[in-house]
Amino acid sequence: MKRYAYINDDGSSQELYRDNRISNTKYTLLNFLPKNLWEQFSRFMNQYFLLIACLQLWPLITPVNPASTWGPLIFIFAVSATKEAWDDYNRYVSDKKANEREVWVVKNGIKKLIQAQNIRVGNIVWLRENDEVPCDLVLMGTSDAQGLCYVETSALDGETDLKTRVVPPACMGIDAELLQKIKGVIECPSPDRDIRRFDGNLRLFPPFIDTDVCPLTIKNTLLQTCYLRNTEWACGVAIYTGNETKLGMSRGVPEPKLTAVDAMIDKLTGAIFIFQIVVVIVLGVAGNIWKDTEARKQWYVKYPDEGPWYELLVIPLRFELLCSIMIPISIKVSLDLVKSLYAKFIDWDEKMIDQETITPAHATNTAISEDLGQVEYILTDKTGTLTENKMIFRRCCISGVFYGNESGDALKDPELLSAIETGSPDVIRFLTIMAIGNAVIPVQSKIGAIQYKALSPDEDALVQAAAKLQMIFVDRTANILEIRFNGRTIHYEVLETLEFTSDRKKMSVVIKDNNTGKIFLLTKGADEAILPCADAGQQTRIFTEAVEQYSQLGLRTLCFAWRELMADEYHEWSLVFKEANSTLVDREWRIAEACQRIEHDFEVLGVSAIEDHLQDGVPETIETLRKAGINFWMLTGDKQNTAVQIALSCNFISPEPKGQLLMIDGKTEDEVCRSLERVLLTMRITTSKPKDVAFVIDGWALEIALKHYKKAFTDLAILSRTAICCRVTPSQKAQLVEILKSCDYRTLAIGDGGNDVRMIQQADIGVGISGREGLQAARAADYSICKFRFLTRLILVHGRYSYNRTAFLSQYSFYKSLLICFIQIFFSFVSGMSGTSLFNSVSLMAYNVFYTSIPVLVSVLDKDLSEETVMQHPQILFYCQAGRLLNPSTFAGWFGRSLFHAVVVFTISLNAHAYEKSEMEELSMVALSGCVWLQAFVVTMETNSFTILQHLAIWGNLVAFYALNFAFSALPSSGMYTIMFRLCGQPSYWFTIFLIVLAGMGPIFALKYFRYTYRPSKINVLQQAERMGGPILSLGTIESQPRTVEREVSTLSIAQSKSRSPVYEPLLSDSPNTRRSLGAGGTFEFFQSQMRLSSVYSRNCKDN
Amino acid sequence: MADRGTGGTNPDSSEAHETAKKPRYSRFSQQELPAFKPILTPGWVITAFLAIGVVFIPIGLASLFASQKVVEILDRYDSDCIPATYGWNPVKYIQDANTNKTCTRSFVVPKQMKAPIYIYYQLTNFYQNHRRYVKSRNDKQLRSKSQVGTTDGCDPEAVTSGKQPIVPCGLIAWSLFNDTYKFSVDNRAIDVNKKDIAWKSDRDQKFGSDVYPRNFQSGDLIGGGKLNNSLPLNEQEDLIVWMRTAAFPTFRKLYGRIEVDLEANERITVVIENNYNTYNFGGQKSLVLSTTTWMGGRNGFLGAAYLTVGGLSLFLAISFILVYVVKPRPLGDPSYLSWNQSSADNNDGRRTPSVTSSI
Repeated sequence: MKRYAYINDDGSSQELYRDNRISNTKYTLLNFLPKNLWEQFSRFMNQYFLLIACLQLWPLITPVNPASTWGPLIFIFAVSATKEAWDDYNRYVSDKKANEREVWVVKNGIKKLIQAQNIRVGNIVWLRENDEVPCDLVLMGTSDAQGLCYVETSALDGETDLKTRVVPPACMGIDAELLQKIKGVIECPSPDRDIRRFDGNLRLFPPFIDTDVCPLTIKNTLLQTCYLRNTEWACGVAIYTGNETKLGMSRGVPEPKLTAVDAMIDKLTGAIFIFQIVVVIVLGVAGNIWKDTEARKQWYVKYPDEGPWYELLVIPLRFELLCSIMIPISIKVSLDLVKSLYAKFIDWDEKMIDQETITPAHATNTAISEDLGQVEYILTDKTGTLTENKMIFRRCCISGVFYGNESGDALKDPELLSAIETGSPDVIRFLTIMAIGNAVIPVQSKIGAIQYKALSPDEDALVQAAAKLQMIFVDRTANILEIRFNGRTIHYEVLETLEFTSDRKKMSVVIKDNNTGKIFLLTKGADEAILPCADAGQQTRIFTEAVEQYSQLGLRTLCFAWRELMADEYHEWSLVFKEANSTLVDREWRIAEACQRIEHDFEVLGVSAIEDHLQDGVPETIETLRKAGINFWMLTGDKQNTAVQIALSCNFISPEPKGQLLMIDGKTEDEVCRSLERVLLTMRITTSKPKDVAFVIDGWALEIALKHYKKAFTDLAILSRTAICCRVTPSQKAQLVEILKSCDYRTLAIGDGGNDVRMIQQADIGVGISGREGLQAARAADYSICKFRFLTRLILVHGRYSYNRTAFLSQYSFYKSLLICFIQIFFSFVSGMSGTSLFNSVSLMAYNVFYTSIPVLVSVLDKDLSEETVMQHPQILFYCQAGRLLNPSTFAGWFGRSLFHAVVVFTISLNAHAYEKSEMEELSMVALSGCVWLQAFVVTMETNSFTILQHLAIWGNLVAFYALNFAFSALPSSGMYTIMFRLCGQPSYWFTIFLIVLAGMGPIFALKYFRYTYRPSKINVLQQAERMGGPILSLGTIESQPRTVEREVSTLSIAQSKSRSPVYEPLLSDSPNTRRSLGAGGTFEFFQSQMRLSSVYSRNCKDN
Repeated sequence: MADRGTGGTNPDSSEAHETAKKPRYSRFSQQELPAFKPILTPGWVITAFLAIGVVFIPIGLASLFASQKVVEILDRYDSDCIPATYGWNPVKYIQDANTNKTCTRSFVVPKQMKAPIYIYYQLTNFYQNHRRYVKSRNDKQLRSKSQVGTTDGCDPEAVTSGKQPIVPCGLIAWSLFNDTYKFSVDNRAIDVNKKDIAWKSDRDQKFGSDVYPRNFQSGDLIGGGKLNNSLPLNEQEDLIVWMRTAAFPTFRKLYGRIEVDLEANERITVVIENNYNTYNFGGQKSLVLSTTTWMGGRNGFLGAAYLTVGGLSLFLAISFILVYVVKPRPLGDPSYLSWNQSSADNNDGRRTPSVTSSI
């Protein structure tokens, strides 16, 4: 599909495309209610609640007032809807602001100030300096004589440098006055979201006769939300408007990520649902039997002899309604609430603020904080993530001479300086490429200092270094570059720029020396992209060695090459290139092909080496997180050697003999296969030896491995705790994440650049470093942090606490719902299985949304261990990773607890209020008070640290319970009129409550104490250590502990991620003993037997 | 900066960054509120259990004692009040309007009973809490005269066959208990005070003083007792008591009070009008005379439960002490941490062969 934008045509063609009204809103006033309701009801839980609520409208079966379900349901829906509405309103307001902004637009040949929303496709829009671009424009004219203008695109891609945009040649030099009358047509593709590509054509109509079709690229466009900078004015034709702009199209709601905890809660909800169905069927059948055998004899019930056809359904449905509270309606709201608080805690955290830029961490996705605590694999980018991405030119090798090897800084190397003095041609050419083989824009400030606006930090480093070596890049005016070398000014004309792509791995410029008229091709790029293209006669071995040597030192290398082009060769080629540039289909591929035609037979000049500093605290962070049992994979586009060096320097892998690095390489399928098998075998054997085994794979081998040996590679991925993948493309990064995810591992991807975006979006958790490569990664990520070292805090503190809190909160929600439900079920046994509700509607509603929700909400402040303790003992994260705090087993504990408490409450209130006291309203209030008291103590017992807020919520809630019930009891119209006053005046009521609390909590308390003291979990031990004020072993003191017994069997620290059991075995031991079953079949036999050995061993450890 | 990039993955993050740039420091936002962090030390726990035992046992004893002090006479009369001729078919006897329902029972007061002595009737196997039954009433109708036509929820006893509203409507009122008791000691009749047997709040607020029974028990099927049509509902205390539905199938309801002391060994004679049909569902009827204490009537449950819980607490406390003495275990010993059992100089402590022997 193509679109045609007719320039300055005010006729009908404008109607073809929409106006420039931007709308980010999801709803309109009219469709808000239906659309929002539809969305909310597409979730299973909500459908369930709606069904229940509808069933309750049938008075024959409803045990309670329908309000008891409708109330909370409407409340929950109102909360979600209000949140949506508020967000949408804010979007509407910001849209309105943008839409009503006034811009100069040519309408009917006259320049007018109109609102931005009235711009139509084909209108010419005039912008002044620092104006925001209101829609996607094709540049038509600028104040600059060469037709250049500068834009800042930070809102679009996060890159803060200025980019040049150029008027298409066809419009070059047209007078500003004439521009208002210009006519023509722009042919361009239908709107898409690619902000780096625009393939269009421009044809002007008479009188601007230029029958040539003029190709348009992204360089000729001004995209929405960019800012015009350093240019007095510019104007352009609107091509995409409103939501059809590149930015508008790239908006979209990403698929919501579901945390492991959410999945577990869903699973448990499903289990409860099945349990509920079973209960309903059993009780329903029993109820029908009782009805037919007993109830017909109870004359006062007056059962009709002949019931309606649905009579058999009535009792089961009543029980269904009675049991519907088993699935707590409040859990979703509570979880949403606490999750947004977790996110706020991350935003607020002062310890995660970067002191240099005062940028705090930010949680974009507020729903997945628990997952942070369950991370098992971290996939990290290298440049900019582990390193600072502050590039400094350190060394170079020019024509086989190494500079900077002694001092470590080529800029101070006297040899190089003297070579420049003497004007060695290779050195000068090398410096020329450094200075101008790039897309850097020099900006001369008023005092004459030159600042460089560079896209990549590497280019910045090179230009800066060249400037220090006397080759100063002074000015870029249109195609003319000005450099000053040793006081002389040289002018070059840029004929073509062959831009960098990650496939070509090199970039070139074709320049013409204005003095001599000679044409040169200057190229820089990765060694494997340059060296093979070298002139057949040139020896490139020395450069290979140089590259090798530099990457050993962890330096980034670039190869520089040049070639002189004959004039006709250039002209011939430039036609091809131009044609490739103006194609609409497959342009990228065509351009790459065209580039290949000229990028050959290079004369390689040398190799530059750029240093990239490690960020602060990277080795410590990696060490801590690995102690926490998290496996690290490094995915980088860098060379293997550089990657390995960086990996070594940041503790990623251990040097020999402790560590072992296994290479997977090969150019063909067979080679890769063999190497893969070999590595797998080594891995399996070495798992029993105390060695850090890591594998290294490069992009090429990875491609083959992923294509043909996916299974073997997956096995390897499971075995290996550390991996380095170099020379990988963005899509391979995403594929690796996918592989780990398919093995059911929780993955966290961290990166800073645009090439990490896919990986970040693919991973369970994406973390973006808001760094130098722009905000692209940070925008796509779920969390953005400033420094890699904040990852420790994000995972160990925020992730862990969030997981613990959610685990408690969700299970507790089920507990309290089950508790009241069990009491209802027990009551049905003494009420003729007829489905009578013991509790009245108000109590039921208030119980769920009020009495039991408030105290547990403050558990968001609970800290089982202090932050310092967790940081010192990161291994404790294991409990979260393995899901020890929320799984079917712990849930069974809560289930049992609610059953036990229901028995306690029911038996005690039944017996204490027997005979003359067996009044329904009184009994129901006794049982309800029992439940509320018990839950207050349950929360108390499960709370590890009490802040003032917790006390307020727990005890205040009890006070509020009585206050509220006194209020209800004072209303003559309510069913429970005077009941609470009556009860509270009786000593026996208080004795009953006292008894319920102690009979209910005593055994649980005793059991907890016993476990805590005699079968403590690691968390308990650390709690004790921390709070006894005793010596908490810091990492330092552990090292001084004497090592005594050496055994051949591996100890199983909890860092053994592969063999953790998600099942909590509170009374036995904490040793993980089951392996994640991955269906790996026989290949794992060996490994498994190792595991069994070690788990047996570890149990022995714990028992002594 | 008017960022319009909202929605989706990029909700105005630059704007968000601007505003989020300076988080306000507070102890709450930093999760650093001062907190009390108790741990379960043996001393603390054992003391708690001891204290529970020490508190509970006396309370248990006191309430058992109170319960024992209550003098209670329970006389089941349902089967004995069927004449032998109807022994095989009590239902026929009770449903026949022409049979003589009078029945005389007598029993001896075991201990002195101080006034007031409460008279209850006790029914078993009677499901006042049945779903069909418990809802079959209309509080609005009971409360005010203007609402006498309101009979929602009263089915199947809402209106007469002539569509006239029944006041009071519903199954509960319809099945009003109607046995009566007359007491005498040594041929001297004892007054039974039937005033104030219902809750004052019910009389004042729930049952109207201007609502009179209408069309009550006028259908083909007579349920239970009839009401005096000239008395307003709030003076029909038997009805008010009956309409406080019981939560369990076995329950007692207050019939009246005897306001003279009964001495030990006095013989009480009760003349019972045995009208109420519990026979076709096998419910028992009993007459209960009981005194009361601060804990209410005779109910040994609370006392026994307190003694049990107290005893168990003491037992637990003692066993915890014993375990503590026999096998002391230092709290927070880092050697329990498995990762401390291996050497720490390995980066992750995973595949280390060395082990510190603990304890």
